[in-house]
Amino acid sequence: MSNKTLTAAIVAGAVATAVASVAAPGSASAAAKEKCYGVSLAGQNDCAAGPGTSCAGTSSIDYQGNAWTLVPQGTCASIELPDGRVGSLEPLDRDLPEG
Amino acid sequence: MPRLPDLQAAFSAALTDPDAAVPEGVTAPRGGRADKRFAVYRNNVTVSLVGALEDTFPAIARLLGDEYFTALAREYVRAKRPSSPFLAEYGEDFGDFLDAFPPLAGYPYLGDVARLEHAWLSAYHAADAAPLDPARLTAISESDVGDVRFTLHPALRMVQSRWPILQLFEANRTGEGKPPADLSSGGESVLVTRPVLDVTLSRLAPGASYFLNALAEGSTLGAAAGKAFENASEFDLAQALQAALAAGAFADIRMPD
Repeated sequence: MSNKTLTAAIVAGAVATAVASVAAPGSASAAAKEKCYGVSLAGQNDCAAGPGTSCAGTSSIDYQGNAWTLVPQGTCASIELPDGRVGSLEPLDRDLPEG
Repeated sequence: MPRLPDLQAAFSAALTDPDAAVPEGVTAPRGGRADKRFAVYRNNVTVSLVGALEDTFPAIARLLGDEYFTALAREYVRAKRPSSPFLAEYGEDFGDFLDAFPPLAGYPYLGDVARLEHAWLSAYHAADAAPLDPARLTAISESDVGDVRFTLHPALRMVQSRWPILQLFEANRTGEGKPPADLSSGGESVLVTRPVLDVTLSRLAPGASYFLNALAEGSTLGAAAGKAFENASEFDLAQALQAALAAGAFADIRMPD
């Protein structure tokens, strides 16, 4: 089939079919999670960022405020931690490594 | 003493060449020889770069075994120093290196698997963008929709292969429970996307790579579909568009002028 035979009606029909059967992108697993800061134990923050990053497994203190892990959506702020800490969807100022 | 830029260049060049002499001007305290100290430095550079390759290419490491992979990675490190200070970009041509490495000539799929692993990490680090809401396409009139152009999502990558690289990737990387790859099952072209936080791999249907490449080059929807039909007569526009929308392949659309 050449370009010329692809009429507007064919393209529009395909678009309608495609949109009708598609779920919103990323809806299954990724969107059901959220980045949760300040709840990881030292060395256990969750990341697959590869080499050279100050990322997976490198948070140096427990509940480090700028280290995050993936948790089920809606549960981040309800995670209870010692000494009255709670998780946060934004990076936190508390429990940062010195220096 | 050599000038600082000369010293730095000589220092850098000698780091990955085990036969190179200690650069002039590099000394131990009180002007003593620095052979052992420089060897420590050289070893740390090599070990850290080999470690970076292990982190980036776990499927290749599993396919070859740790011992072989480490030896191979050392060869690569000697041949290729990082071109970027960002270590996650190191190994961008590891696939080409594997293709050209004579002892691995009997394993011609390794290069494509490495390219897929690097694409995975590259997609992971790509800029964030919200995926296109499919409903925006329905708001366009039938006469205009073929003239729409797409902005591809910044995390989108494609790797095409004559080998079943998605099976190889999943069997050797995603963990247990995946069947071993069937090397006789034909080639796979893989779409790499990251709609939100998780990198997603999906198999591209026949013609879909021509379709997405044409869209990436700025073709209209109608022209890109025509290009895909020309190259793959079994191309299914509705199916390809649905798969691309579901994978988060697009960031935006641009209406005809």
